[in-house]
Amino acid sequence: MANMSLEKIKMPEQAPDVRNKNFEEVALGYTAEMAVEEAQRCLSCKHKPCVSGCPVNVRIPEFIAEVAKGDFMAAYKVITSTNALPAVCGRVCPQESQCESKCVRGIKGEAVAIGRLERFVADWYMKNCDEMPEKPASNGKKVAVIGSGPSSLACAGDLAKQGYEVTMFEAFHKAGGVLVYGIPEFRLPKGIVQKEIDKLSALGVNIMTNMVIGKVLSIDEIIEDMGFDAVFVGTGAGLPSFMGIPGEALVGVYSANEYLTRINLMKAYLSEYDTPIRNSKAVAVVGGGNVAMDAARCAKRMGAEHVYIVYRRSEKEMPARLEEIHHAKEEGIEFHLLRNPVKILDNGNGQVCGIECLKMELGEPDASGRRSPVPVEGSNYVIDVDTVVMSIGTSPNPLIRSTTKGLETNRKGCLVVNEETNQTTREGVYAGGDAVTGAATVILAMGAGKKAATAIDEYLKQK
Amino acid sequence: MFRIVNKRELNSMVTLLEIEAPFVAKKAQAGQFIIFRVDEFSERVPLTIADYDREKGTVTIIFQKVGLSTKLLAAKEIGDSIQDFVGPLGVATEYDGMKKVAVVGGGVGCAIAYPQAKALHELGVEVDVIAGFRNKDIVILEDEMRAVATNYYLMTDDGTQGEKGFVTDKLKSLIEAGNNYDAVIAIGPIPMMKFVSLTTKPFGIKTIVSLNPIMIDGTGMCGGCRVTVGGKIKFACVDGPDFDGHEVDFDELMNRNSIYKAREAELTETHICRMDKLANELIK
Repeated sequence: MANMSLEKIKMPEQAPDVRNKNFEEVALGYTAEMAVEEAQRCLSCKHKPCVSGCPVNVRIPEFIAEVAKGDFMAAYKVITSTNALPAVCGRVCPQESQCESKCVRGIKGEAVAIGRLERFVADWYMKNCDEMPEKPASNGKKVAVIGSGPSSLACAGDLAKQGYEVTMFEAFHKAGGVLVYGIPEFRLPKGIVQKEIDKLSALGVNIMTNMVIGKVLSIDEIIEDMGFDAVFVGTGAGLPSFMGIPGEALVGVYSANEYLTRINLMKAYLSEYDTPIRNSKAVAVVGGGNVAMDAARCAKRMGAEHVYIVYRRSEKEMPARLEEIHHAKEEGIEFHLLRNPVKILDNGNGQVCGIECLKMELGEPDASGRRSPVPVEGSNYVIDVDTVVMSIGTSPNPLIRSTTKGLETNRKGCLVVNEETNQTTREGVYAGGDAVTGAATVILAMGAGKKAATAIDEYLKQK
Repeated sequence: MFRIVNKRELNSMVTLLEIEAPFVAKKAQAGQFIIFRVDEFSERVPLTIADYDREKGTVTIIFQKVGLSTKLLAAKEIGDSIQDFVGPLGVATEYDGMKKVAVVGGGVGCAIAYPQAKALHELGVEVDVIAGFRNKDIVILEDEMRAVATNYYLMTDDGTQGEKGFVTDKLKSLIEAGNNYDAVIAIGPIPMMKFVSLTTKPFGIKTIVSLNPIMIDGTGMCGGCRVTVGGKIKFACVDGPDFDGHEVDFDELMNRNSIYKAREAELTETHICRMDKLANELIK
């Protein structure tokens, strides 16, 4: 008999006024008892609507049935047959707009906590029987994977398991891409990402850090001089946008990328690291996405007394996950909604001392279907801050496309690919993730990496 | 890890390291830079490439001990390794159509002016080098510069070696004496580059400066190195580090580079004050 509770089992969490002073994980994870009880809420629908909501088609009712039985190992095997990074996805996937949005239990009450269960199973496995995979026999074919974020990890993992000799090139000194430089420790512990990278190494993937492809090597050299049979480009969307308003060059204005990289990758929050960061008292984060929430919550943890989210639409239009908005509010982040910055103010010494905003009203829906904000004339006011973090989006890095012949891009700079195979406009060169879609989610990137891996395998078998 | 194969103290503050980095050495060109990280806990710091040896697979960097990271780096010895060394980053300097060029180096900036002079010399370009230092004790790379320069002018602030005066004095007199430079390449402290640009502007001589703002990744991803050039935001790491000196907002750059000043040695501070004096004199 299914557990007919209308609500999900609550996720144990660190208390807001405790966690906003540390970088440890906010959500603590289900216990085995909680997981079994939550799993029993699943109705095992025959038509499995949830699976259609998952970009990598995890066989959700099947793994949940195993959890309900208490066979966590079996559950893990079901999940990992289609998803290589369950500990990551269980934490950062927007389940509420994917699998859980299709859950029948969500019609009356809350959906089954699919994400939390996935995370539980992955963590259980890591804790109880984490063994490193063995390196399969080589099939003698070489594939280069450029970038080491979610799409590249998925692609490299799938290819390595099939015996391809995979070399992964990363520009930074550490592999993991946005999972290590962008998403903060308190949302995705870096130990989990490192474990996934270690697994790839165990599978025989050669990880070369400090390699900026497009500069140190071109894709042509990788293919012609180094003898790689195929290339996957998973270089993400890392180029930060600025608003183009006065004062953006003042000391104290960061892009979210820089701010988060200093904190997450370069560990500015740990005293043993030399990474400098501004000692902020009041911070305005401009933007309403997950990255903005991450930056704001980091600023709070770095000791800022006031942290503001400045967003030009209303909360309903915010692209951030509900859970992140909720967590941010709990932690004391102050929201200035329907506000648009027009100027960053100089304290006279070239440093930020405030941000001037204009109030906005919602007008007609725009191309994205969201109601577009319209300024209210004369409504300017100033928020006193010493730091501004711009989190208004990113676009793909031009380094690869500008140094590789025959790679077509669209007008936003995204690589053009065949939707079936993820092959670019050049034979043997595949791409996926944000480099193709523009800034999107971890799971979509992973799905693209997997799809490309399948296509690369087929291409190289025929070659 | 990247092994140090050669080390030389050029003066009490400036160190030369030759580092094994075959991939970087294979592609490096004058004007490009690298980012180093000494160990797991260190900052990522950009430095312009001073020299490279494609056959040996080594890259040479020359740097002044100004902050924590450069001090840590200078403490390394031959045979030691550093954690990270990534490059070559940025766009190489373009020498198209240049027949006669003045290369101006200030202090440790001479370390980066040298590969420019050398590259030009190898292209058969006539190169006048003007090298400026505070005093004779900190003069670097004199022999190397002389070997590639058509004319080498050494300037010291106090006149203890070469001529007494600033590089801008020399540059101005050379231009006024009828030297037709196709371009001036200026590399040194920000105020020096600013005043070289101001010096050449009335003569309409193309002036290339090499900027070294604070950055993290060097690939266009952090935006920390943004500079205003001709009224537009540019990222020094991917659009530069070379820019048209007549278009750069040097004051903004100087301000932006001051963000973590409290953490750095006072040394740079005193240097900037001195350059301010130079500024006032030039404006008069």
